Amino acid sequence: MTLSPLKMKRTHSVKNVIEGAIKACLIASSAIAVLVTVGIIFSLIIQSVRFFSEVSFFDFLFGIEWKPQSVTEIGGGKVSGVFGAVPLFVGTFLISFIALLVAGPFGIFSAIYLSEYAGDRKRALIKPALEILAGVPTVVYGFFAAIVIAPNIRGLGSALGFNVAAEAAISAGIVMGVMIIPLVSSIVDDVISAVPISLKEGAIGLGATRSETVRHVILPAALPGIAGGMLLAASRAVGETMIVVMAAGLAAQLSFNPLEAVTTVTVQIVLALTGDQEFDSAKTLVAFALGLTLFIVTLTFNLLGNWIVNRYKEAYD
Amino acid sequence: MVTYTVNEDNNPDTVKAKIIVDKVSVAYGDHLALNDIALDIISNKVTALIGPSGCGKTTFLRCINRMNDLIGSCKVTGSILLDGYDIYAPEVDVEVLRRKVGMVFQKPNPFPKSIYDNIAYGVKIHGLASDKEELDAIVEQSLVRAGLFEEVADRLDVSGTSLSGGQQQRLCIARAIAISPDVILMDEPCSALDPIATAKIEELIHELKERYTIVIVTHSMQQAARVSDYTAFFHEGDLVEKGETSALFTNPNDKRTEAYITGRIG
Repeated sequence: MTLSPLKMKRTHSVKNVIEGAIKACLIASSAIAVLVTVGIIFSLIIQSVRFFSEVSFFDFLFGIEWKPQSVTEIGGGKVSGVFGAVPLFVGTFLISFIALLVAGPFGIFSAIYLSEYAGDRKRALIKPALEILAGVPTVVYGFFAAIVIAPNIRGLGSALGFNVAAEAAISAGIVMGVMIIPLVSSIVDDVISAVPISLKEGAIGLGATRSETVRHVILPAALPGIAGGMLLAASRAVGETMIVVMAAGLAAQLSFNPLEAVTTVTVQIVLALTGDQEFDSAKTLVAFALGLTLFIVTLTFNLLGNWIVNRYKEAYD
Repeated sequence: MVTYTVNEDNNPDTVKAKIIVDKVSVAYGDHLALNDIALDIISNKVTALIGPSGCGKTTFLRCINRMNDLIGSCKVTGSILLDGYDIYAPEVDVEVLRRKVGMVFQKPNPFPKSIYDNIAYGVKIHGLASDKEELDAIVEQSLVRAGLFEEVADRLDVSGTSLSGGQQQRLCIARAIAISPDVILMDEPCSALDPIATAKIEELIHELKERYTIVIVTHSMQQAARVSDYTAFFHEGDLVEKGETSALFTNPNDKRTEAYITGRIG
């Protein structure tokens, strides 16, 4: 059967319409994600600018006193001293640091076990278990931190003669660390798998034991990738909210002591935006300034972490 | 003393076998990769393993230093005796075995460490040098024996990976001989190298057999003919024919051997 040129043309145009419609749908879907992201960033910036018209940028970034509730407007003049975010930055850093101290070794060791020691069968059991850990809602972790970990650490502390706060940074940090273990483990597992098998065989072939091969060849080769992975984990820790809302302190306290209660950037964002608040006062707008700061930090960590991990993987391709 | 009769017939030359392989079969899961192999590997000679891709020659090579242990699904049966000791016996320390039976791989795989550290690594993990001076001496001697010393003497601290392919492979040979093995296994050591680098490695193999027993897997029949004293031809998991290289290449007994060396299969 032969088709007339006319017939061919019509089919062709119908096809074009369908193809075009499908393409438009796909573009629209992608555009929504991009537009929302751009919208969020713009709103963060605009509201932050409003905040900084009331509170000086310098005081926010370097002030060491955080008392958002005590704001008093003095005839449109700037109110300083009460929005010093340093205690929040320090608190966030402290809890994230504790989390990484937990997640780093456990995540790395479990990744080494999974990639180098566990056979295929054990790997098939453990890997999904770790993924379940990653799927636990953070509110459950927060609950666990507040109800189980914190009282126990407090009890342990007082038995040893330490005075541990009920909402000590260490409790939130440990639980956050457990939450991040699967992330670290999965990234490090990827990174270790990218170490060429020929290098590993080189060491084994020289009579190195498994642990010697891991310590002398695999880990040094994987180190840059592991560092990148830790940055991604740090980004996750810094942005984590629910665990710290439930288990960390609410009052800002400038302290590096893990046994004391500290608060974090995310906790203060939640506090600023919950309850009855006018949306144009500094104590609400500060949430946007904090959000923007957080966004910049986590974006930097993510970009840097991904860049390091990818560059590392390419180096062995 | 184990004796070995060349060509399985009346050759009066008896030579010492370093490795005696008997009834060795290897399976990956359900797939039989090697079927009932028997082969004697002669001391201080070069034995070439040839055959088409997938014939099992590399699998066989990796049985001799138990590299196949790394593959969970791989099961080796039969016996491989090194100096009369079964290397698959339960009491065998596989790390010591791999020190005695070194390996050079298809693709040069120096560690991303300095040239010096590449060679010193094996010496250190086996505790073969009592002090820095002794270690320095071993490193230098290994480089000399691998024919690399003159090229790198003034830059032992640069990374091993910065060398050319041929130099990297000689570094890997130096690394292997630094721990004074008895046997060196080479898995297509020249397949990633250009002809000039290949010629250097082949020359080196000639020199090395004075001290070491060498087993080399090669795809190139010309190479087998140039470097080896004995050749074993593998085909589809079977050891089809073995014997002195000159005899096997000029007067093969088996049709499959003849077909392979004349280029009709493979």
